[in-house]
Amino acid sequence: MATVDIRQVYKNFGSTKILHGVSVGIEDGQFVVLVGPSGCGKSTLLRMLAGLENISGGEIAIGGRVVNNVPPKDRDIAMVFQNYALYPHMTVFQNMAFSMKLAGAPKEVMEREVQKAAKILGLGDLLHRFPRQLSGGQRQRVAMGRAIVRNPQVFLFDEPLSNLDAKLRVQMRSEIKELHQRLKVTTVYVTHDQIEAMTMADLIVVMNHGRIEQAGAPLELYDRPANLFVAGFIGSPAMNMIEGRIEGGAFQGPGGVAWPLPAGAPTSGEVVYGIRPEHLRLDPNGLEGVVNVLEPTGSETQVVMHVGGAHLLGAFRERISTRHGEVLRVSPDPSLIHLFDKATGQRL
Amino acid sequence: MSVTAEEAWVRQAKAQSALSKLFDWKPFLVFVCMLPAAGLLLVFLTYPLGLGIWLAFTDTTIGRSGRWVGLENFEFMLEDPIWWNAVFYSVFYTGVATVLKFGLGLWLALLLNNHLPFKSMLRAIILLPWIVPTVLTAVAFWWIYNPQFSIISWVFIELGLRETNIDFINTAWPARWSLIAANVWRGIPFVAISLLAGLQTISPSLYEAALLDGSTGWQRFRYITFPMLLPILAIVMTFSIIFTFTDFQLVYAITRGGPVNSTHLLATLAFQRGIPGGQLGEGAAIAVSMIPFLVFATLFSYFALARRKWQQGESND
Repeated sequence: MATVDIRQVYKNFGSTKILHGVSVGIEDGQFVVLVGPSGCGKSTLLRMLAGLENISGGEIAIGGRVVNNVPPKDRDIAMVFQNYALYPHMTVFQNMAFSMKLAGAPKEVMEREVQKAAKILGLGDLLHRFPRQLSGGQRQRVAMGRAIVRNPQVFLFDEPLSNLDAKLRVQMRSEIKELHQRLKVTTVYVTHDQIEAMTMADLIVVMNHGRIEQAGAPLELYDRPANLFVAGFIGSPAMNMIEGRIEGGAFQGPGGVAWPLPAGAPTSGEVVYGIRPEHLRLDPNGLEGVVNVLEPTGSETQVVMHVGGAHLLGAFRERISTRHGEVLRVSPDPSLIHLFDKATGQRL
Repeated sequence: MSVTAEEAWVRQAKAQSALSKLFDWKPFLVFVCMLPAAGLLLVFLTYPLGLGIWLAFTDTTIGRSGRWVGLENFEFMLEDPIWWNAVFYSVFYTGVATVLKFGLGLWLALLLNNHLPFKSMLRAIILLPWIVPTVLTAVAFWWIYNPQFSIISWVFIELGLRETNIDFINTAWPARWSLIAANVWRGIPFVAISLLAGLQTISPSLYEAALLDGSTGWQRFRYITFPMLLPILAIVMTFSIIFTFTDFQLVYAITRGGPVNSTHLLATLAFQRGIPGGQLGEGAAIAVSMIPFLVFATLFSYFALARRKWQQGESND
């Protein structure tokens, strides 16, 4: 177990700049999720942590030791790959024992450690099978078992759930989290799925175009997104964002609709008005929305409507019976409105 | 609104002609589709093979159709020191050339699998010995090995390392080794390119995982590359052994089996006896005598190396 410090890290592939000075401090035992759209540099950062990519600038320290020039095998890390990278010609046992075999561990030790990890992951019956004979979820577990056996200071996960079906993903998500609570090993987890990030992380690092947009606890990011990117990325369904200006104590949206403002809002300026779909409520005195599409999911009803010229998605716990073209009156919860500067995209 | 008198078009079932019915009949269709391939195989493979085997049991010579003589040709062959010599050299030639081709070919494939500048150009150059017609290779080597004009001899003499020309193909053992060298030169590209294709199917993430597992370069080769390459290695080796064992052109064009029959392969000896020597039956018997060797080599490669348990699918033991 160890802290991980990423200090002003840069990465270039030739003249292409991938990371522009990224800094993250990770505490001992923390579960950190790097999240962002594809191409944002999150996987590259993870691979730099693992030592699979060179560091073009800055420093990475694991447990206080700068590892920029330390080869991967001496960094004391274990990584779970997106495609699991199980050795197809080795049984589950051999896969898990491989690192010990390379290190020349005696047979009893290999047997003991593998059995221990297999027990944690429920792989006991599968030890003599080959990866081909396993299901996706089982392969995933073997990949984790291989990492556990190493007993590393840091676990790295590179989009480990993206090859699984939706149901299994949810199950493995909680298994990984449970495993982390049990082993308490510092973990860095890369995903593009914000729900995975929200549900698993102690600390979420939202990345975009090789920069960190915001780092913080999941609910902090949800409650107070620092900018438009984070606001749009975190939360599902995504936040409604309406462009307009503040005038006369209200937000003037498209079509001349006046939206309520939270207390302490600026009194003028061009802004983006953000309201999460779940923070709209039905209100007979609210804004007039023309229903476009109704999507009942069972637990809630999502309604796409037009308010003035603005598209607005609402998610309501109530069962609504309305139809295309009908009018629905809604109002945003004033305390849960997010205002962003239109020019900079930063939170106001 | 005026009602137009358009008649609605109704799809009608068309009566099927007898011919189209026939082609819809699966057994007939299967037969027709198989016919070209089966015809080619019968005419160009089965017939010559069958004729060759038949000739081996007759005393046919050129210009005289033979009589059935049973195993006489084979009995004669087994007492013939030249045949035994050809067996020895065929096995020796195949064995040594295969080991060298695979050693060097694998090494070359591993090199080419790295990120090199001008990678694709290098790969194309590697293929050159393979695309040159064999006879052209043979002529080039014949010239290289020429007792008088050999470029190798010339270089050695110019460098002052030797005083006389090297004798490449005029005594038995140098000739044997020289032919093997030519065969290896020609065979490496096939091995290298095939193994390179095999190497490229190995996922780079396996190497990364092994890197994190703490492996050295040799360990990655020993535990990842080699076992994962074995299946393709087995297939390529089977082909290579067959091609090498049945080699004819190189040897015949460079030494014609000489000096004093020392470099005869079974194929060259069979040809020598059958066509210039006119003893078609005897030549055919020598050719047929290659079959057991080839079957054995094929079975060995196939069963010893080919299918691994980990490649097989779902079955649970």
